[in-house]
Amino acid sequence: MLLREVDYARPATVEEAVSLLAAHEGARALAGGQTLVNVMKARAAAPDVLVDLVDLAELRTIGFSSDGLLEIGAMVTYTQLVGSSEVEVARPILAEVAATIADVQVRNRGTVGGNVCVSDPTNHLPPLLVVLDASFTIRGSGGERVVPADEFFVGVYMTAVGEGELLTKISVPPASDTGDGFSGVTIGKHGTYVVDAAATVSGEGARIAIGCVAATPVRATEMEERLAGGDFSEDAVREAAKGLGASLDPPSDVHGSADYRRSLAETSAVRAVLQAVERRKR
Amino acid sequence: MGTPAPARSRAISLEVNGEAVEYEVPARRLLVHFIRDDLGLTGTHVGCDTGNCGACTVHVDGVSVKSCMLLAVQADGTRIATVEGLAADGELTALQRSFNEHHALQCGYCTPGMLMSATALLEQNPHPNEDEVRVALQGNICRCTGYVNIVEAVVAVGEGTS
Ligand SMILES: Cc1cc2nc3c(=O)[nH]c(=O)nc-3n(C[C@H](O)[C@H](O)[C@H](O)COP(=O)(O)OP(=O)(O)OC[C@H]3O[C@@H](n4cnc5c(N)ncnc54)[C@H](O)[C@@H]3O)c2cc1C
Ligand code: FES
Ligand code: FES
Repeated sequence: MLLREVDYARPATVEEAVSLLAAHEGARALAGGQTLVNVMKARAAAPDVLVDLVDLAELRTIGFSSDGLLEIGAMVTYTQLVGSSEVEVARPILAEVAATIADVQVRNRGTVGGNVCVSDPTNHLPPLLVVLDASFTIRGSGGERVVPADEFFVGVYMTAVGEGELLTKISVPPASDTGDGFSGVTIGKHGTYVVDAAATVSGEGARIAIGCVAATPVRATEMEERLAGGDFSEDAVREAAKGLGASLDPPSDVHGSADYRRSLAETSAVRAVLQAVERRKR
Repeated sequence: MGTPAPARSRAISLEVNGEAVEYEVPARRLLVHFIRDDLGLTGTHVGCDTGNCGACTVHVDGVSVKSCMLLAVQADGTRIATVEGLAADGELTALQRSFNEHHALQCGYCTPGMLMSATALLEQNPHPNEDEVRVALQGNICRCTGYVNIVEAVVAVGEGTS
């Protein structure tokens, strides 16, 4: 496919990238390109300038902050997450979920930063990062700010990253007394989710988020409140999920009706929580 | 050094199947079109042009990618391998021979992509089992064979039975 004409720049530093994004109206960051190139083919977006982040080595690292948070650079690929010993130690669910995104070729190119900046309601990482209580570091010409996951996802293709800004890293608390789970129904094996649910349980209760049912991940707050007592028996979890579906207003499409999605939301939430409970025991 | 100015085209230098290549490409040109139309390497196919079918799979710096989902300018400074590079010395690789022996193709449209994905797998994991092969080929769609012979052909290379 022939794309619309576009300008291309390859900054060498984050500062240069930010100044390019700020200087050109209609400029967009280019990460793995695994969504953006398709969006440009479909003319759903026609950026005037592409700012390729490929040379920004500092966005490609995975490490720990001085206070022990797992820090994942925005340009880290899914393949890198899957092979990371830091992720394996601190929060293995990230690698487990990344390993099921699309296919090998997409995982070799697609980045964590791109996955969340797209904020596609069917993308794997947004609900997961919401339950993991991740925080997002955003750099602009005015400096740096940190946004919690509950405020990062604003709408379809909309996040807290504003014009002229760059997401630089995502920080995730390491697992302590926690267990994490992720479950849902895909279109074909490793396909796009019809509905998915992510859960984290700890002594204090559970954090649960549902994907694909609204523009952004939906926290299952009532279910969380019912589980706050710390009874994670299968009966209690099933009971807690009741009414979750009815509280949602999911879309209907060729892959499932709104009612089917409501039902899947409850089933997926139960499975994700039970998986998290099981893992917490280990 | 000032911030590099955005430009409509870029002079790229890369290595394609072991040979150094320099080219001035428009920023909007997809890597697959650069490979097929500029370099004349038409073994790399375009199936869906949406990142779904894998017919356009090549290796960039040793890992498989879908070349319809990259711009040619993104490949500046990289090492690219296409299906033509497999038998570069005129001799088919064990995988190519195995495809032949196992009837792993019918129309052949998906074959270059299948070969590149399977080659990347075998480089990382020389003895994959059936499940590992199926996961590795998830991004490659074949509308003819039903996959059975393709999977057998790749497994056989690892077993040394082809
Ligand atoms: C066939 C296929 C199937 C797929 N299936 C799934 C799936 O089931 N689940 C899933 O989660 N994903 C899926 N994806 C999408 C894939 O995960 C993409 O990699 C991801 O959505 C975008 O990441 P990227 O690095 O490719 O970003 P790009 O496509 O390069 O960028 C996407 C957007 O994010 C912006 N952006 C990227 N990085 C930054 C940054 N650091 N700061 C500010 N803005 C930034 C870009 O400007 C652009 O607007 C699929 C892709 C394909 C091709
Ligand atoms: S042509 Fe590139 S994935 Fe189908
Ligand atoms: S052999 Fe025809 S598409 Fe695979």
